[in-house]
Amino acid sequence: MDIEKQYIELYDQYHSLIDKHASPILNALREKAMSDFREMGFPTPDNEEYKRTNIPALFAPDYGLNLNRVEIPVNPYEVFRCDVPNLSTLLYFVVNDSFYTKDTPKVKLPEGVLIGSLNEIAQTHPDLVQRYYGKQACAEKNGIVALNTAFVQDGFFLYVPKGVIIEKPIQLINILRGNADFMVNRRLLIILEEGAQAHLLVCDHTMDKNKFLASQVTEIYAGKNTVFDYYDIEESSLNTRRVTSTFVSQAENSNVLINGITLHNGITRNDYQMTFVGEHAEARLCGMAIADKKQSVDNHTFIDHAVPNCTSNELFKYVLDDSSTGSFSGRILVREGAQKTSAYQTNRNLCATKEAHMYTKPQLEIYADDVKCSHGATVGQLDENALFYLRSRGIPEAEARMLLMFAFTNDVIENVRMDALKERLRQLVEKRFRGELDKCAGCNICQ
Amino acid sequence: MLDIKNLHANINGKEILKGINLTVKPGEVHAIMGPNGSGKSTLSSVLAGNPAFEVTEGSVTFYGKDLLSLSPEDRSHEGIFLSFQYPVEIPGVSMVNFMRAAVNEQRKYKGLEPLSATDFLRMMREKREIVELDNKLASRSVNEGFSGGEKKKNEIFQMAMLQPRLSILDETDSGLDIDALRIVAGGVNKLKSDQNATIVITHYQRLLDYIAPDFVHVLYKGRIVKSGGPELALELEEKGYDWIKKEVDK
Repeated sequence: MDIEKQYIELYDQYHSLIDKHASPILNALREKAMSDFREMGFPTPDNEEYKRTNIPALFAPDYGLNLNRVEIPVNPYEVFRCDVPNLSTLLYFVVNDSFYTKDTPKVKLPEGVLIGSLNEIAQTHPDLVQRYYGKQACAEKNGIVALNTAFVQDGFFLYVPKGVIIEKPIQLINILRGNADFMVNRRLLIILEEGAQAHLLVCDHTMDKNKFLASQVTEIYAGKNTVFDYYDIEESSLNTRRVTSTFVSQAENSNVLINGITLHNGITRNDYQMTFVGEHAEARLCGMAIADKKQSVDNHTFIDHAVPNCTSNELFKYVLDDSSTGSFSGRILVREGAQKTSAYQTNRNLCATKEAHMYTKPQLEIYADDVKCSHGATVGQLDENALFYLRSRGIPEAEARMLLMFAFTNDVIENVRMDALKERLRQLVEKRFRGELDKCAGCNICQ
Repeated sequence: MLDIKNLHANINGKEILKGINLTVKPGEVHAIMGPNGSGKSTLSSVLAGNPAFEVTEGSVTFYGKDLLSLSPEDRSHEGIFLSFQYPVEIPGVSMVNFMRAAVNEQRKYKGLEPLSATDFLRMMREKREIVELDNKLASRSVNEGFSGGEKKKNEIFQMAMLQPRLSILDETDSGLDIDALRIVAGGVNKLKSDQNATIVITHYQRLLDYIAPDFVHVLYKGRIVKSGGPELALELEEKGYDWIKKEVDK
């Protein structure tokens, strides 16, 4: 418990300071979360669910935390130029773990919509936030979520009231910035009431070269008849460690798309948990990882068919080069009585070198007898016949390889439900395969 | 244009080609026939530069250049085209992007600017008509979900786009019904000139009714064992390959 000790001591010493800079609703869950954390600690690689990412090792370094909420000297609206062409968004920033409140878009949002700082809205709309905050992300079950709950002071909040459709995509940029090794605890809370629709694009960027640990817990509540798209794109640095836990609860007839794309990173562990609480709901969970050098991407998914008549579709693809590591673990639980469930899962992976490693684990647990479920997982190399075919038409080997890798990931991009973003992602993926991501034009953030 | 001398080639350590000699001049059509397993497809793969095959002996020159030292892409740029017996399906790569990359790489090799989007699309349209390739297919992924006939039409379409000096048609007739065969062969004939040459590899005489050869060679056990004019193909059609096998094996 040595690694846990530094966090426990930090909390014991500073919990009143943490409370001072956060709203009562966030503070209310801390003590309990910390006592859960004291009991559980971090999950270790001995735990089957955490075999491929050494969580304690990620938390071991002596990171600084900004518990006193010192302002970070950066105006993201100035440095951030990495916009999506032909895509006009409602643009917001979270710098480290503080929502950036200056210069937010001066637009008239539909009646009742709330977008902004979780901490602020927890003070202005306590009843609303309290009803949802921490209800899915249970600290007692998971040491990572517990630690986040104990330390979190701010994050992003989105509320779409009944029947409201936000046409314009909402974009949230998470920026990591600091001149020493630094840890951030971020929280996203997203609530869509009955019949509401929205798309949220979250992009992670790192501005500085030192070590970062970003812990993010996201709770999404999709009410009856809602449509929600959540694109989660990581373009961070080799020194960034990202640990995210995303919880989705889907009510009757809701339709949620999650698309998690790791374009560039250091070490990443993403947990996605989607639960059907109402019938006739549809979930699409997609992801893609492109990794090289010693990058590591570990996606852990859990789809809980707790009620009948729901559909889930899962598609994850990895392209691993150099000595990178990928891991996919996809658990689907069809509970007793969840009849007429359709659940499909696909995970396909390319390893470009002998040193690249992919671990894939489909896990279907089915306790109902009238269901359609399938899964498929493959790990392989580029198709040599296809490569020769392209080369025989005059396309140079490097270019042919790139075309094939690009084609391999294309169906994940095809699952994006916004054309401009689709186009942008194609460009980013192509740049990534050409090794040009570092030269991202017009943006001062990407290193 | 093409000089093959004493060509030997292996796959997985097994010798398939055991000393091929062949000379092809501009304007000529050569048919290479032979029983299954005689090395016909290996010869086409080796000429196109398939890395799965290893050349152990002999030489191949193309307009004086050592063909065997060139990469598959540079062989294509030099004007060699292989129409595949089994065209490969490549999901996710659109025909348009594929052809644009191929045409522009060839232009780059020749020191030319890339084609403008308009010129390229016009070229696609013109060449598509040669083999009556449906526009819908041109907007799909390479060969994905194409029927056997469509795949072969697509090969000849690519040949029309790249305008090779030497085309090697590997069993282009296999899997084709009579209408598709006529269209595919018609396409090949339209592209023929006194500047380019064609090697037609086929098991049956049928294709040669449409693409008239100047020379017919019989490949057996990795060697060309008999050469002649178009009448040789007719003789093979009538008598089969057994008489040649007997002649060679005795």
